[in-house]
Amino acid sequence: MAGSIKTNTPPRWLLAELTYACPLQCPYCSNPIDYARYQAELSTEDWLRVLTQARKMGAVQLGFSGGEPLTRQDLPELVKHARDLGYYSNLITSGYGLTEEKIIQLKEAGLDHIQVSIQASSQELNDHIAGTASFEHKKAVAHLVKKHGYPMVLCVVIHRENIHQMAEILAMAEELGADYLEIANTQYYGWAHANRDLLLPTQEQFVTAEAIAQAYKEKVAGKMKIYYVVPDFYEDRPKACMNGWGTTFLTIAPDGVALPCHSARDLPGLDCPNVNDYSIEEIWHDSKAFNFFRGKDWMKEPCRSCDEQDKDFGGCHCQAYLLTGDMYNADPVCSKSPHHGVIQDAIDAAAHASLAANEKPLIFRNSKNSRLLS
Amino acid sequence: MHLDLDQPIHFSRSHRLQWEEAQQKQVILYPEGMVELNQSSAEILKLCDGTRTVAQIVSDLEQKFATAGLTNDVTAFLEVAIQNGWINQN
Repeated sequence: MAGSIKTNTPPRWLLAELTYACPLQCPYCSNPIDYARYQAELSTEDWLRVLTQARKMGAVQLGFSGGEPLTRQDLPELVKHARDLGYYSNLITSGYGLTEEKIIQLKEAGLDHIQVSIQASSQELNDHIAGTASFEHKKAVAHLVKKHGYPMVLCVVIHRENIHQMAEILAMAEELGADYLEIANTQYYGWAHANRDLLLPTQEQFVTAEAIAQAYKEKVAGKMKIYYVVPDFYEDRPKACMNGWGTTFLTIAPDGVALPCHSARDLPGLDCPNVNDYSIEEIWHDSKAFNFFRGKDWMKEPCRSCDEQDKDFGGCHCQAYLLTGDMYNADPVCSKSPHHGVIQDAIDAAAHASLAANEKPLIFRNSKNSRLLS
Repeated sequence: MHLDLDQPIHFSRSHRLQWEEAQQKQVILYPEGMVELNQSSAEILKLCDGTRTVAQIVSDLEQKFATAGLTNDVTAFLEVAIQNGWINQN
């Protein structure tokens, strides 16, 4: 990877996917469908080195994610190292297995914030979607997170099975004392892509739910911040994916593979490098994968001549690949894309599936299904 | 939430104010987010230590930078800061 020194912006955000192991089975999981193939996990020493190298380059926001990061026994040690280096560290967890003792231990190690995911506002639906009885425990964890002085972020992924609960979800977040509520409309990658016909709500459902969320935003202003992640299938311009490829975000997968975005593992020909072979600096500046979509040279029409190319960078390459078969295409969410029709096809297919009497079941995210689908 | 001119101001306990060597900037860190500060904003926030009111912050800054007439700019910034939850009073 010898190469000239470039003046790339340094990474700001490091997402450390510590493990693919998870006690939950959410059918919209963003982990790759074939995650069961990747059994290897970085050692504690490897992670300590990665944290040090990325921090030296300028990474400051750090997400400990997975899978379920709590399954890693060395989490407190990694948190402590992150704090010593000056990271702002975020634990992104299902809350499953989080005890008060652990919450205190992580606080003492220097963890800044805990984001707890809840799947629905009712026990029955939460436990169904999670594939694990976890609702009451998650609520208890949310209280403990607050009790021990962490800013508490509640994350609820929205899809057709729970979108009707929007009002109850907002009320639950307020009751739990969340400082931030992330209402994340499902993004259709990984397992969510496989289950899209069963998860994608109708436009009518989106509009109704969004109106409820926006009204609530005003009601709780100054008390609870609501982040609303828009459902891009109902937009006519794509999201500015990753704030531009290789400009801000660095994901390290459990086995040490470095990814410019956490879905990039599915893109062909990137040759994503591994932290076992290269330093973060070499990976960021010189690797094929991180330079793949940097800048604009890769662009085809309509992006190449588009006056919005500096705003959305052509959108999401993973979405272009999944929906059009060519990752160099414009994100088909864009109404300027000649492939924009595939979005409407997806919406129609989902609406059709919801009316079918013999609806096929959700494919839950677990190792058995991962092996079957790989 | 609005600024109370009589109450001392402290930096939020749920945010972190930190010097970033790589960026040569002070930044505010909070759950999954970061705000980069220019020098004057950083100077104001560093004085939000729970002992000073708006008037005291203004007078300290005017003294430090040997200038006058900062009241409007400082107050306007602190209004933004309290709306964003970066500072609190109580």
